[in-house]
This record gives sequence, C-alpha cells and structure tokens, in this order.
Amino acid sequence: MRKTMTDKEYQNYVEKKSPNSNIVRNVIRAFIVGGLICIVGQFITNALRMRGYDQEKVAGVTSLLMILMGALFTGLNLYDDLGRFAGAGSIVPITGFANSIVSPAMEFKSEGYVMGVGGRMFVIAGPVLVYGISASIVAGIVYFLLR
Amino acid sequence: MDNVLMSYVNAFIVGGVICAAGQILIDKTKLTSARILVLFVTAGAILTALGVYQKIVDIGGAGATIPLTGFGYTLVKGAFSDVDKYGILGAFTGGIKATAAGIAAAIFFGYLTSVAFRPKAKR
Repeated sequence: MRKTMTDKEYQNYVEKKSPNSNIVRNVIRAFIVGGLICIVGQFITNALRMRGYDQEKVAGVTSLLMILMGALFTGLNLYDDLGRFAGAGSIVPITGFANSIVSPAMEFKSEGYVMGVGGRMFVIAGPVLVYGISASIVAGIVYFLLR
Repeated sequence: MDNVLMSYVNAFIVGGVICAAGQILIDKTKLTSARILVLFVTAGAILTALGVYQKIVDIGGAGATIPLTGFGYTLVKGAFSDVDKYGILGAFTGGIKATAAGIAAAIFFGYLTSVAFRPKAKR
C-alpha cells in the first residue's frame, strides 16, 4: 500500500530525515576538533607543570598561548576554514574567543583603526565579557552573603 | 607516564563533550555563535558557583578549562578567592584578576594580528 503525501507532509518528512544525519555528523566533528584543541591545551599545561610552575601561572600562560594561536591562525585565514568543518568544535574553545575578536576586526579594517579594528574587536567578545564578568560579580556577592 | 597519557584522554573526552553540546545547541536551536559563547561563559560561572564545575575540571583538566565554560570557571573561582581575602570588594576584583592574562592577551594579540593580516577575499 502506498501512501501519497501532500506537499506539506513531504516537507515535514524531509526535514525530519535530513538534518538529523547532518546533526550527528556535525556533533562528531565538533567533538573531535574540540577535543583535539583541548589536548593542545593539556600539552601546554603538562609542559608548564613539569617546569614546576604554580597552578595560577600554568593557567595564565596556557590561556595566553592558546589565545595567541587562535589569533594567529585566524590572521592566516586558517581558523575560519577549520570553523566551517568543526562548527562548535572551533567556536567553544578559547581559541574561538580569539577568533571572534580577530575575524571581525580584520574584516572591518577598512573602517579605520579606531572604530573599524578597535571597535569591531568586541562585537562578540564584548557580550562575553559583559555576561561573564557580571555573572562572576553576582556569584561573588552571593558567596560573600552566604559565607 | 600513565598519568600524563590519561590527562590527554580525559582532556579530549571532556573538551569534546562540551564542544559537542555546543554543536547540538547550534543545530537544534539555531542560536548564533555569539549567543553560544555568552551562554557557555554564564553556564560555566553558574556551575562553578554551585561547586559542580570544579569536579569537571578535576577530571578533564584542560578539557574543562580551555572551552569558554572554563573562562566562567576562572572568573568565579577568582571572585570567590578574593572575597575570602578582601570581603565584598573581592567580588569585583577577583574575576578580572584571575582572567587578566587571557583578557589582556586577547586584546593585545587580537589587535596586532588584525592589523598585521588581511582577510581573504570572500569566496
């Protein structure tokens, strides 16, 4: 028995079928690339620990180096290619934070070094800092009151 | 040596899972990457305040601190430790102090690379 479908039913059917396999593929890619970037971070962390740096210094130098790499690979136009493949795997790590600063700043350089580069750097990083820092202040105040 | 190897395995798995969660959000909710980043920083901050994220960091190492949730973790951890030292003022000083290296590096290296390199012509 064969069921004929209306256009709408068919559309729903296609939507139900096709994006799912894409999602699985995207999630696997994000998992692998994100995991690999974290392995690089772990490598830097381990190397610094072996040199006897304390925890605070290790954390600071690791994020500094990861951000430097993210910025550099964005400048060399490699990070956006990676992003097309990896999706969140390249967005969520801190290298993606650096990418979110450099990418719009480079693109809008023609608008000048103050409002173009200086201003566009924070199109995405700005909101991240606003919400991240505000959340930490609220958490700190709550901690102070409940302590 | 085993410990070192395990630290890589754990970093890969924990970091991979956090990024996979971000990808699911992007695909299922159509959130823009800016919103994902804001969401992850805030989620990391809240989970740290609740004492959950420290456990994830203990397991995953860089797998938990390198994703942007780890930025929220470092912010709140810094705020808490400065509250212990300086009282209420610490809530304002601790977060930025703990993340100073990352924020300064992002601004400085971000600026330098933006000035030094040209964007590729749109394909």
